[in-house]
Amino acid sequence: MSAPYTAAPFVGKTFGVTVARLHKRFGTTPVLKDISLEVKPGEIFCIMGPSGSGKSVLLKHIAGLEIPTSGEVRIGEFDAADPATRDQIRLALVFQAGALFNSLSVYDNLALYPREHRLCGEAGIRDRVMHALAILSLEKAAHKFPSDLSGGMKKRVAIARALVMEPQLLLYDEPTSELDPVMSATLTEIIATLREQTAVTSLVVTHDRDLAFAIADRVAFVMEGRIRGVGRPDEFKKPADPVIANFLNPVIDLKNPRFKQLENNHE
Amino acid sequence: MNHLTAIFSHIGGTVLLFARAVTHIRTLPRQFPRFIEQCYLIGYTSLPIVTILSFFIGSVLALQSGYSMENFGAKQFIGTLVGLTMARELGPVMVAILLVGRVGSAVTAELASMKVYQEVDALVTMNIPPERMLVLPRLAAVLVMMPVLAIIANLCGWYGGALICQYTHSISVDSEAYFTALKTYMKPRDITDGLIKAEVFGFVIMLVCCYIGLNTRGGPREIGASVTKAVVTSLILILVLDYFVTKALLYS
Ligand SMILES: Nc1ncnc2c1ncn2[C@@H]1O[C@H](COP(=O)(O)OP(=O)(O)O)[C@@H](O)[C@H]1O
Ligand SMILES: [Mg+2]
Repeated sequence: MSAPYTAAPFVGKTFGVTVARLHKRFGTTPVLKDISLEVKPGEIFCIMGPSGSGKSVLLKHIAGLEIPTSGEVRIGEFDAADPATRDQIRLALVFQAGALFNSLSVYDNLALYPREHRLCGEAGIRDRVMHALAILSLEKAAHKFPSDLSGGMKKRVAIARALVMEPQLLLYDEPTSELDPVMSATLTEIIATLREQTAVTSLVVTHDRDLAFAIADRVAFVMEGRIRGVGRPDEFKKPADPVIANFLNPVIDLKNPRFKQLENNHE
Repeated sequence: MNHLTAIFSHIGGTVLLFARAVTHIRTLPRQFPRFIEQCYLIGYTSLPIVTILSFFIGSVLALQSGYSMENFGAKQFIGTLVGLTMARELGPVMVAILLVGRVGSAVTAELASMKVYQEVDALVTMNIPPERMLVLPRLAAVLVMMPVLAIIANLCGWYGGALICQYTHSISVDSEAYFTALKTYMKPRDITDGLIKAEVFGFVIMLVCCYIGLNTRGGPREIGASVTKAVVTSLILILVLDYFVTKALLYS
């Protein structure tokens, strides 16, 4: 039996995110350079950009896992870098690699949050966990361990674990990479439905153009640590910026391949 | 100079880790299953090797002292020598060294891997302090199990010595005489001093191994590097602390 998808009643509110003049260096290497963003409460905001451009690092700043070199990140009126903010806001981050607890079964991975925060009794926890597993069609994996799962399944467990938290701010780091096309579509629907039912602000880092164009309220392009463009998806159907155009619709040219061009540049 | 500041910042970090873990002390009762699991890992699974090793250390101690004390005609004091040495020194130090090898290294490897694979970051975003879930139950368990292990080590060492004394021809001190000597010249204080030592070693080892594990940075390769660092640091600390704790206990 697959439970019809209904989100748990949403308690409290959701939060917007403000990133102001954010710089981040690791040692001497600058990774984020003067990033400013304004994500409105309840928005689905997609962040796109090439690998290594700093998207995950940006998300970690919002989650309070990295401290800005300069500039600031605010969630609602709270400073994201302040540990006390986590007592105010339920924030869930779906890590790019899942970050499941390897010593715990899938069920216990999901149950950890409500257990540690003593949100309800074991019966209530069971309902919440099984419901989240059902949404991602993972019921059969409940008693497996993360090491026995494929990459795509780990990703789905990570998303289920975020749903159990009933978050007030949801951050996804490449949620559909490693998923097959059907699962990607399902997940896109889940992100949109969840926002519809709970009005939760959702930040989605993704390479998935289909996802971004289907559900994003706005999209930002991050290239080499800078914001290259922000706007509604329809503004990027035919982007004026050639770099963004090339990123969204790279032409595969076998006669004059990219790697050859690079080689020539090095000579 | 840089090395020195690094060492002080690590000491500071370790103390801070302890302070953070202690602030969650009231959650210990509801972390009881985790505490029991750690007691099992630290105490029960170390039991066979602790028994065997301390038995042999007691035996060797009896052999060596039998050989050297013969010259003074002091064979009747072998029991005292083995008893005191085990209780005051070798019991706690040996249990501590075994703890580093069996438990400390595993703790560092586990926590380092959790750090590298972002499980620790996941805990932080879930507002579950890693110190509460990962450090506190381990510290509590090691404090409970170390004296138990040390007592078992003492007993096995004493009996190992007794057995050797009785059945080695050149020594042949029967176990009755051996244990009389052991009892006559040993004070309860000798045993409790040893237990205090074991407690100090266990606590420091666990804290240091947790700290090094949780401060691993980089990729999977660093897990191995952290384990090496934790083992070496713990062994050095045991021997250095041994001196100072012994001095404090003897002359206070
Ligand atoms: N902890 C770190 N220390 C040093 N460099 C880092 C760290 N995390 C990320 N970087 C660097 O920052 C850049 C951006 O990384 P990331 O945000 O993961 O890229 P992506 O956009 O693919 O998610 C990369 O060049 C990466 O090497
Ligand atoms: Mg990334």
